[in-house]
Amino acid sequence: MKLLILYIFMVGGFLFGKSTTTTGDEALFVVNNTWMLVSAFLVFIMHLGFATLESGLTQAKNTVNILFKNVSIVAIGILTYAFCGFNIMYPGSFNGILGFGGFGLSVPAGAAGLIGYAGGNYTYFTDFIFQAMFAATAATIVSGAVAERIKLSSFLIFSAIYVALIYPIAGSWTWGAGWLGDKNFHDFAGSTLVHSVGGWAALVGAYILGPRIGKYSKSGAIKPILGHNMPLATIGVFLLWFGWYGFNGGSVLSADPGAVSLVFVTTTLSAAAGVVGAMITSWYISKKPDLSMILNGSLAGLVGITAGADCISPTNSIIVGFISGIIVVLAVIQLDKLKIDDPVGAISVHLFCGVWGTLSVGIFSSDYSVSTQLLGVSSYGAFCFISSFVLFKVIDLLLGLRVTEEEEIIGLDIGEHEMESYAGFQIFSAE
Amino acid sequence: MKLVIAIIQPEELPYIKEELLKREIYKFTVTNAKGQGKEIPVQEVYRGISHEITLLKKVRLEIAVNNEYVDSVVDAITTVAQKDGDKGRGKIFILPIEECIRIRTGERGKEAIG
Repeated sequence: MKLLILYIFMVGGFLFGKSTTTTGDEALFVVNNTWMLVSAFLVFIMHLGFATLESGLTQAKNTVNILFKNVSIVAIGILTYAFCGFNIMYPGSFNGILGFGGFGLSVPAGAAGLIGYAGGNYTYFTDFIFQAMFAATAATIVSGAVAERIKLSSFLIFSAIYVALIYPIAGSWTWGAGWLGDKNFHDFAGSTLVHSVGGWAALVGAYILGPRIGKYSKSGAIKPILGHNMPLATIGVFLLWFGWYGFNGGSVLSADPGAVSLVFVTTTLSAAAGVVGAMITSWYISKKPDLSMILNGSLAGLVGITAGADCISPTNSIIVGFISGIIVVLAVIQLDKLKIDDPVGAISVHLFCGVWGTLSVGIFSSDYSVSTQLLGVSSYGAFCFISSFVLFKVIDLLLGLRVTEEEEIIGLDIGEHEMESYAGFQIFSAE
Repeated sequence: MKLVIAIIQPEELPYIKEELLKREIYKFTVTNAKGQGKEIPVQEVYRGISHEITLLKKVRLEIAVNNEYVDSVVDAITTVAQKDGDKGRGKIFILPIEECIRIRTGERGKEAIG
């Protein structure tokens, strides 16, 4: 017993004795910073979620290609963010539209890069790694919508430029204290800044590429192209939902108990309501409940609440999620009719529900106005639509965007990679 | 020696197998197959769009027997498959076998089949 008391004193003395600042602040700093790092790797695991969701909802013959894109985008996104993205998005003081703080990472010396960096909430490096994980997410959203027909090289070039320049410029307007931030436009964790920014590029990409061969008959009737692995798609959705606790929970930018726990609750309620909204809608429209639709429904709820997870009440978060679930099912069906072929529903989830979620902040929170939210949504829409349109068109002219008809029928696994994803299995790939 | 090839509905396989064993027919090969018959196409729904499946899942049974067993084989299959009168119960083809060789021993003909 005596030994135990002695031990506690020794440890206590070691922990508190060496500190030069007030011990409470330092302890809080450690907790805050740890939570931000946990959030960063929670967002990281969302990339596995995207990878499995997209492979599950597409055909077996394109699986290597989907996985290759998802892995390489994470890498490209993080590297370009370190090279220039971080300092474009957070340039310090700038004109509010475009700023640049210099290439690479440069940690402020001493305590200015540690406890002094963000008022004891996180260090410089934590700031970078959390934001870098977000950047890669925006680029990954495009991948699913253009799947099964885009040339790998053209896609990688598009993504690299989009994530290195367009995403951080767009982000700087609000999170980097730019002109929309000044106007009190609110996007807590990125319904618009991440999801719609990716969603607009997904829409433009799917539109320019045109539908996959076999999606429409000669008479124009819609013919579904079935995803090949629903268990994989389901794993993906659970991983994304899991990672979203970091995506939204970390966007509190500290471990503040009240704020983080509220965000957890609104995020979860909205996701659950999204599932139920999509379930009812798809059951009513198709007469049968569609698994892929409720998978999209949970993501719809998550995207929807992302803009206002910190300022929308739990009750209203259920409304936001439920409406997101309805929107996503109607959007999937409507896009099919418009001949915009999105194999995984990325446009419906990230663009439509991103827009709805951003507007819902103005509706459900008295601190923000619908008109400012609308200004933000349309500004981002115009910027991302035009820039991704130009980017896709230029790449199409120089390199071509789409694989040959023959390659598309054989599958991009063999066409782009000369590799099979299910060696030893018999797959009907040309039916 | 005859080769009996039967295209049947997959859900009938366990019952047909049972009937075959009852008639002391123990050796057969089963393959998954797809085919189009007289039955009504199946409707499936994927992401809000219903579509027609015309190539349906079937099972292909191959049974090589000596002549005196042919009727038993046909009987085993039809007993099960005729239970409900739906269309699309499949077909049975009976072909002559020129030769049969058991690979392990090199036996031929009647002995090899049995």
